[in-house]
Amino acid sequence: MGAEIIRVENITFGYGKAKVLDNVSTSVIDGDFIGIVGPNGSGKSTLLRIFLGLIKPQKGTVRVFDTDIEKFNQWGKIGYIPQKATSFNQGFPATVEEVVSANLYPVVGLAGRIKKTHCEKVDEALQIVGMLEQKKSMVGRLSGGQQQRVFIAKALVSAPRVILMDEPTVGIDQNSEESFYELMGFLNREKGITLVMVTHDIGAIDNRVNRVLCLSGGKLYEHDCAVSRASDIFKEAYGKRDSLPIIHRH
Amino acid sequence: MFELFNYEFMQRALAAGLLVAVICPLIGTFVVMRRLSMIGDTLSHASLAGIAAGMLGGLYPLWSALIFSLAAAIGIEKLRKHFPQYAELSISIVLSASIGLAVVLISLANSFNADLMSYLFGSIIAVNALDIYIILGLSIIILVSVGLFYKEFFYMAFDEEGAELAGMPVSSLNMYFTVLTAMTIVVSMRVVGMMMVSSLMVVPVACSLLISKSFKNTIFLSVFFALISVVIGLFSSYWFDLAPGGSIVLTSVFILIAVIIVKRIFRMQ
Repeated sequence: MGAEIIRVENITFGYGKAKVLDNVSTSVIDGDFIGIVGPNGSGKSTLLRIFLGLIKPQKGTVRVFDTDIEKFNQWGKIGYIPQKATSFNQGFPATVEEVVSANLYPVVGLAGRIKKTHCEKVDEALQIVGMLEQKKSMVGRLSGGQQQRVFIAKALVSAPRVILMDEPTVGIDQNSEESFYELMGFLNREKGITLVMVTHDIGAIDNRVNRVLCLSGGKLYEHDCAVSRASDIFKEAYGKRDSLPIIHRH
Repeated sequence: MFELFNYEFMQRALAAGLLVAVICPLIGTFVVMRRLSMIGDTLSHASLAGIAAGMLGGLYPLWSALIFSLAAAIGIEKLRKHFPQYAELSISIVLSASIGLAVVLISLANSFNADLMSYLFGSIIAVNALDIYIILGLSIIILVSVGLFYKEFFYMAFDEEGAELAGMPVSSLNMYFTVLTAMTIVVSMRVVGMMMVSSLMVVPVACSLLISKSFKNTIFLSVFFALISVVIGLFSSYWFDLAPGGSIVLTSVFILIAVIIVKRIFRMQ
């Protein structure tokens, strides 16, 4: 078993009186490819944002790389691809290179200069996602799938140990989605990057992830098996078997 | 053609104008991309209140304008934290407060004199040696700051949450950027006037957005368009006896229209 990258213990979080997460505990282990699933409003994105320290739980503790999240400062180790990654201001006049370079901040620090070696890191990240040729293109003029790859490169440029993604395949076509999962598999297996992904598309992550965290009614159900083999829990989370949101298989 | 630069006041006017033409679009590009275009108007109204207060209290108006503008900038940032989903609301609140304060202070001063008018509509040819030193000093601070924190300001303009997650001290940098914006307003007031200062921050940026190929390119083109506007505006105001501030701003608007037309022609071809 690998080292714990993220550990949350007994966390509770709610909006008003409604508890979205009720005494939830779990961990992200080095090398994991985790899918976080659950119905709308079940707290998937909330849990991810708690992992990132963007939301503070009302109760419980969050540790990242064995450090209390309040004291954690090595943010370059964590990559994040938000739900709105591809719904940014499309008119923003930035090139692919400029967008990816922005995330060199954890590497170069406050008021630090971007040097040639840093530019090589940008090229390397773009090479991995297959977007090196579009380096000088304006990011707003790319397709949704290409923009998604740029945001993955942006996350990769700080050499993260874990990448957290919030519904990363929303708004991209089926072909782009397929190549996205291929890329994720490559990053997880070949580059050893731990992946945590919030998704609605249970069918797509089936057989791709090694662990499934299912949120329902404030509780978290955890599996180390593929989705299709965890149907009892999904039945509990989503209701009747017939209504399970297994979307498609290729 | 260049005999007008034999006059010392025109040399000072050109120096002040060129400095403003560099810093206004430089800060303006970040302001526009953060969708905070109204901040220029708000801080310039706060500066007007500061000028009125300076005239009342016998303080050098540019200093009091700077103090009021910085206070308004800090007020906007503080309010922004209370309305995180409505960044523009904090700007509108400070704008209203600034106008109210300016009107009250002007009425207390019981005058709407020529000096106040020069700050309202600009008085580039009346720029004195002290003005030049202040404009130069503040411009250097702005240029060095943007040079140092360019990548931080870019990231915050593109994706503030991402910048925060990368470990950037976003709150402090936001505050610092707003302070730089306040300085830019004060520096520019003498040249184009309080009523038009935000246009020099926005119009050249709008021109460059139409044709730019990158963020850096947007900044360089904006500065280029602003420099052309200042030079043409200043020359035409001298030759045709027009208000310099208005001539500069109108030139920038004509350039914008020209860029739109040229771009449309190229697209049709």
